[in-house]
Amino acid sequence: MSTIFGIPAPALYGQILIGLINGSFYALLSLGLAVIFGLLRVINFAHGAQYMLGAFAAYGLLSYAGIDYWPSLVLAPLIVGAVAMAIERTMLSRLYGLDPLYGLLLTFGLALIFEGAFRYWFGTSGKPYSPPAQLTGAVNLGFMFLPIYRGWVVIASLVICLGTWLLIEKTRLGSYLRAATENATLVQAFGVNVPRLLTLTYGLGAALAALAGVLAAPIYQVSPLMGSNLIIIVFAVVVVGGMGSILGAIITGYVLGVLEGLTKVFYAEASSIVIFVVMAIVLLVRPAGLFGREA
Amino acid sequence: MSNALLEVRALNAWYGESHVLHGVDLDIREGETVTLLGRNGAGKTTTLRAIMGILRRREGAIRLRGRDLLALPLHRVAQTGLGYVPEERGIFASLSVEENLALPPKVADGGMSIEEIYHLFPNLYERRHSQGTKLSGGEQQMLAIARILRTGASLILLDEPTEGLAPVIVQRIGDVLVALKERGMTILLVEQNFRFARKVADRFYLMEDGRMVNSFPGNELDSHMDELHSVLGV
Ligand SMILES: Nc1ncnc2c1ncn2[C@@H]1O[C@H](COP(=O)(O)OP(=O)(O)OP(=O)(O)O)[C@@H](O)[C@H]1O
Ligand SMILES: [Mg+2]
Repeated sequence: MSTIFGIPAPALYGQILIGLINGSFYALLSLGLAVIFGLLRVINFAHGAQYMLGAFAAYGLLSYAGIDYWPSLVLAPLIVGAVAMAIERTMLSRLYGLDPLYGLLLTFGLALIFEGAFRYWFGTSGKPYSPPAQLTGAVNLGFMFLPIYRGWVVIASLVICLGTWLLIEKTRLGSYLRAATENATLVQAFGVNVPRLLTLTYGLGAALAALAGVLAAPIYQVSPLMGSNLIIIVFAVVVVGGMGSILGAIITGYVLGVLEGLTKVFYAEASSIVIFVVMAIVLLVRPAGLFGREA
Repeated sequence: MSNALLEVRALNAWYGESHVLHGVDLDIREGETVTLLGRNGAGKTTTLRAIMGILRRREGAIRLRGRDLLALPLHRVAQTGLGYVPEERGIFASLSVEENLALPPKVADGGMSIEEIYHLFPNLYERRHSQGTKLSGGEQQMLAIARILRTGASLILLDEPTEGLAPVIVQRIGDVLVALKERGMTILLVEQNFRFARKVADRFYLMEDGRMVNSFPGNELDSHMDELHSVLGV
């Protein structure tokens, strides 16, 4: 059997794949956080809960309405996005202009409420959610077996990240968003309905988290705590990439996912902390993050 | 004046607790260029910000074609036909020159096309793919004016467009203002440079400590020189 640096090749490829899959979720989640933070200056602690809500929406649609994976991929983000927009209208919008700490505390409280409620209703054990029939099984790539669903997750997340990036960089809506990030008052004085833009942006960020939740459901099981386990790592990714940097969030997400996978191969004991070590180093050397604008 | 396009009556405005405008009256007729003169801190920018609705703590009346602007949320004010060119220019760093140009939504028909604007400002065309804030100060000022011309706004509020610019650029901006005037645009121009403003102004307003202290037609500027020197402190 072939080896690379003394590691059996299949094990190495396997961990890189796991890293890519984890990285896909890091990228999707940190992307939503970056979009929200960029415009609203809100550190959205409810992001993990919104990811969990997406997974539960898919689970609920299947168990109670018989609606399967493919429609859920659209419906769950719409449901969670709508809930998020209601939260923005009724609660978050009252905190704009105050210290960002208030938004953080509000979303943190909301996350606890959502997680507590779902733990009460569903318990902490995970609910299985099967991948769609079209994506079951594995293909032999020659050097390894690739479970088709996992390949799909990597490709889908790349497409979603690219799509979101194009939306922000290449469309008129995106130019409003970028401009409002710099000077919301002036953009509104030009006649753009900035309050609505803020609502839509929060909805979009939450919908991205929910979409990640649906993608994750067949891999990780659906559980009330699935988001809180992930969100701390995702915050580290955002800090490394640079708060509010869209491209930074995406690239850092994948890179740190793979780095974590590789650490598992070469020095497994460090794999659960490697991302935080990177974060600490980046904070010391380049506090604005790798892709952030220096203040 | 009942045929005024813009009517401001007894306008008071505050920054938080600090009372800055004290009963400002101002009238602008269709097609007129009105220049607001006053020294630093007189309240010129505040007047424009209060009219646009950027400054929210206001009392009095502001009417455009008889329509009350005070009650409108900020984003609805531009839609009544007002265009704003802020003193600090407000060019966006994360947008290219062309994106900056296309940013303000159209508020009425009859605005200039991008092609017409590039014809009027050839250097903006040459630099259309550059980052907005990579332009020189003069080019940024042109861009700040140009992007409002696209929107079809009928009244443009221009805050010190010549501030800090070289004489040749000031000359260029003067030419542009003359061209806009010929197109029938109504302009409220804030200036400290009255030698520049006299080329375009139909009427002057003089402002001091948040109050209008005088107003006279453009051709009477010379007979008000003493007052001007004392109010402007030049
Ligand atoms: N954001 C603010 N908060 C509090 N006070 C302000 C603010 N902006 C301006 N002021 C005060 O309001 C008064 C009027 O300021 P304003 O900017 O309208 O003057 P201006 O006539 O435009 O002066 P300049 O020619 O320097 O631009 C000044 O006394 C100024 O100190
Ligand atoms: Mg001023």
